[in-house]
Amino acid sequence: MVHPGQDTRSQPLPAVLELEGVSKAFGGVEALRKVDFTLRSGEIHGLVGENGAGKSTLMKIIAGVHAGYAGIMRLDGAEVHFRTARAARDAGIGMVHQELSILRDLSVAENVFLGSQPTSRFGFVDWRRMAREADEHLRGLGISVDPRALMGSLPIGMQQLVELSRVLFSGARIIILDEPTSALSAPEVERLFGVLRRLKEAGKSIIFISHFLDDVLKVADRVTVLRNSEKIATARAGDVDKRWIIERMIGQGHEQLEESYTAEIQLAAAGQGPVVLSTNGLAYGRAYRDVGLSLRAGEVLGIYGFMGCGQIELARTLFGKIKPDRGAVSIAQRVLRLRNTADARRAGVAFVPESRRSMLFSLEPIYKNISISVLDRLARLWLKPAQERQIARRHIERLRIRPPSADRRLGTLSGGNQQKVGLAKWLTYPPRVLVLSEPTRGMDVGAKDDVVKIVRGLREQGMAILVLSTEPETVLALADRILVMKKGEIVREFAGEAVSKDRLLSAA
Amino acid sequence: MARAQAEGAGGRPRGGARHWLRGQLRNIAPFITLLALVAFFSLATPSFATLGNLNNILTQISITGIMAAGLTFVILCAEIDLSVASVANATGIIVAYFTLQDASVAIANLPLQGWMAILLALASCLLLGLITAFGVTRIGIPSFIMTLAMLQIAAGICAMLVRGQIAYAVPSIIVTLGSRSVGPVPWLVIVAALVLALSHVVLTYTRFGRYVYMTGGNREAAEYSGVNVRLIVAAVMVISAVLSGIAGMLGVAHFGSAQQEEFDSFLLDSISAVVVGGTSLFGGQGGIPNTIVGLFVLGVLNNGLDHVNIDSFLKILIRGLILLAALVINVYAQRLRTQSPQA
Repeated sequence: MVHPGQDTRSQPLPAVLELEGVSKAFGGVEALRKVDFTLRSGEIHGLVGENGAGKSTLMKIIAGVHAGYAGIMRLDGAEVHFRTARAARDAGIGMVHQELSILRDLSVAENVFLGSQPTSRFGFVDWRRMAREADEHLRGLGISVDPRALMGSLPIGMQQLVELSRVLFSGARIIILDEPTSALSAPEVERLFGVLRRLKEAGKSIIFISHFLDDVLKVADRVTVLRNSEKIATARAGDVDKRWIIERMIGQGHEQLEESYTAEIQLAAAGQGPVVLSTNGLAYGRAYRDVGLSLRAGEVLGIYGFMGCGQIELARTLFGKIKPDRGAVSIAQRVLRLRNTADARRAGVAFVPESRRSMLFSLEPIYKNISISVLDRLARLWLKPAQERQIARRHIERLRIRPPSADRRLGTLSGGNQQKVGLAKWLTYPPRVLVLSEPTRGMDVGAKDDVVKIVRGLREQGMAILVLSTEPETVLALADRILVMKKGEIVREFAGEAVSKDRLLSAA
Repeated sequence: MARAQAEGAGGRPRGGARHWLRGQLRNIAPFITLLALVAFFSLATPSFATLGNLNNILTQISITGIMAAGLTFVILCAEIDLSVASVANATGIIVAYFTLQDASVAIANLPLQGWMAILLALASCLLLGLITAFGVTRIGIPSFIMTLAMLQIAAGICAMLVRGQIAYAVPSIIVTLGSRSVGPVPWLVIVAALVLALSHVVLTYTRFGRYVYMTGGNREAAEYSGVNVRLIVAAVMVISAVLSGIAGMLGVAHFGSAQQEEFDSFLLDSISAVVVGGTSLFGGQGGIPNTIVGLFVLGVLNNGLDHVNIDSFLKILIRGLILLAALVINVYAQRLRTQSPQA
């Protein structure tokens, strides 16, 4: 038995999984550089690092998703190289993703037995036995749920436990949990940890990937920190604290990195412009609760939070795509009733979603991509293609879109240029409120700089801008004021003070 | 990499004519098919390539053409309407219901003035279209299923009104448009040409038409551009129903009677015309010119097979194979276009 705080160095438990000098590159870009990683039997091992540090790549190699890598992997001392996810699964490695892969319309028992239902003599599913065995199995893990209940009717925390039990039931002894606590309430987190500790005592090994460092420190025996594709440190959880981890995640000691990551940014004092957008007590399902915010003209408000904190849904609510359960959205003190996105656009809200696919028409020329959101101002009935092209050319020049041709098919542009087109379509007639979701995701440094310049320029013109991102750098680079969202609630506001990346991370 | 395959923007050749041709596969393949069919039948039989027979073909594809024009809107939006033929049939019967029938016709009858009958018939197909639109956009029933239900409902209206009987009389203006000619050209052909031309103008040169293409091309992106996509989808379903209704009224005059199930073959024909012409089943690509080519491919095929005196059972099989070939090209063309830029 291993508990945090107990000295494991004197009697190290045997290693079940060892990685030695594992490297992986995607088209010349290194995603992992000579990473060593050891998972012991009966251990909960926390894996932390920023977005893009290499956590997912490492886990996908262990789970057999990425077959092509350099380095050595040993399972129980014997060298293995999984070519398929199936091979890894057969070897006893199971994964529970952040997006659960449950079947909502089936019962708990059917989910547990997925693909391996017990059958009676004539080949029919033996429902009774299935329910009984599922019940025993779940009870054994300390999970009390009716095996006949419909999966979709259960709260997310319970769905997750059922999925976990399915992975165990199919024979996994190494379980990878990806961001398991991001959607859970505090009691649900406690219950999950109870189950995990029980598994540990039963000799299972768990890799616990999370942005929630408090959770990691609470449940893990050891913690490994990845940064920029490299392993930075592994330590006993009892020996370190949150501060220590954050320093290693963001690169204390590397002067250049330290400058960009821990340098404090002085936020502007509260803006003086009139309040353009405000929300009051907004709530939507499990996504977010009690969101009240106000955004002034000439201000960039940043909302920072981890994946799944509710900001994606919040952005869609402001643009009329999601109808909130409660609360109101007001523009210039007038409550809006948004029936659809066209209402939001007419009310002066513009929205640039995080994925290019959901904002652009890749088979259409650039000019049609840009004019789509202003057609009703350009033309009542008849299209005016000459004018559309002229507008497009103006944006192409101003935003430095390459190649500079209004008739170019959008799909042939690079990602960064496509993203600029997605922004351009809102700038012909400046909106009152611009909502940007992940405006710089996946961009190279040059394109990021361009976006920062564009956003600053729009702020100077008095536009009210809301930037939502899971990347602290993006928020820090753009925002005058920052709200931190955590599990659907706004938990902290940074205004008129110095803020740095590690402070943002600690708040989230 | 794959970007080298990307064909030029705005139809301009880039990276060689071959790449441009690949991108235009959906427009070129149906046209070549049409030329090949015309050449084949012209050589196979002397009675095919005559002015009189061209007139026949035009007349034969006119009713399908009016329905296919509406379906083009629907399919461009990445939806489907399976109720076109049924709605046409119902509208044709409704216009007859409001027209004085001969005493020998034992049919429920509510005679009104001609223009009133036409107006009520148009209002009926408009109403059916609105119900379909409501089901698809408000309730969220997939158009495939919703229009299947509407197919049955409209067929039910037909059955209730005629009760197995046949009506003959329709308002005189409908008789003129459906069965008379101006010189050698049937009015039916003129109406179909006008409907197709008007549809083309709407789709190509109006704001609404652009919204139809964009909604079909990427519905999510259209929605996040502030387009009321539900309104656009509702509108195309209504357009399809109303054009079907017009086709139905003229069809009744053309056939000289209004009865149950007389339009059944038009469902497959009109969908085939749109798809064979190369309009993308995934929405956003194609248009009325494609549909016109598709209409001619089917028209020439049907007409030509009659001229070469082929086994009429084999004829059905051949049409099925042509449709399958068109579907393969349709899906393949979509892949060629979407793959190339995704570098």
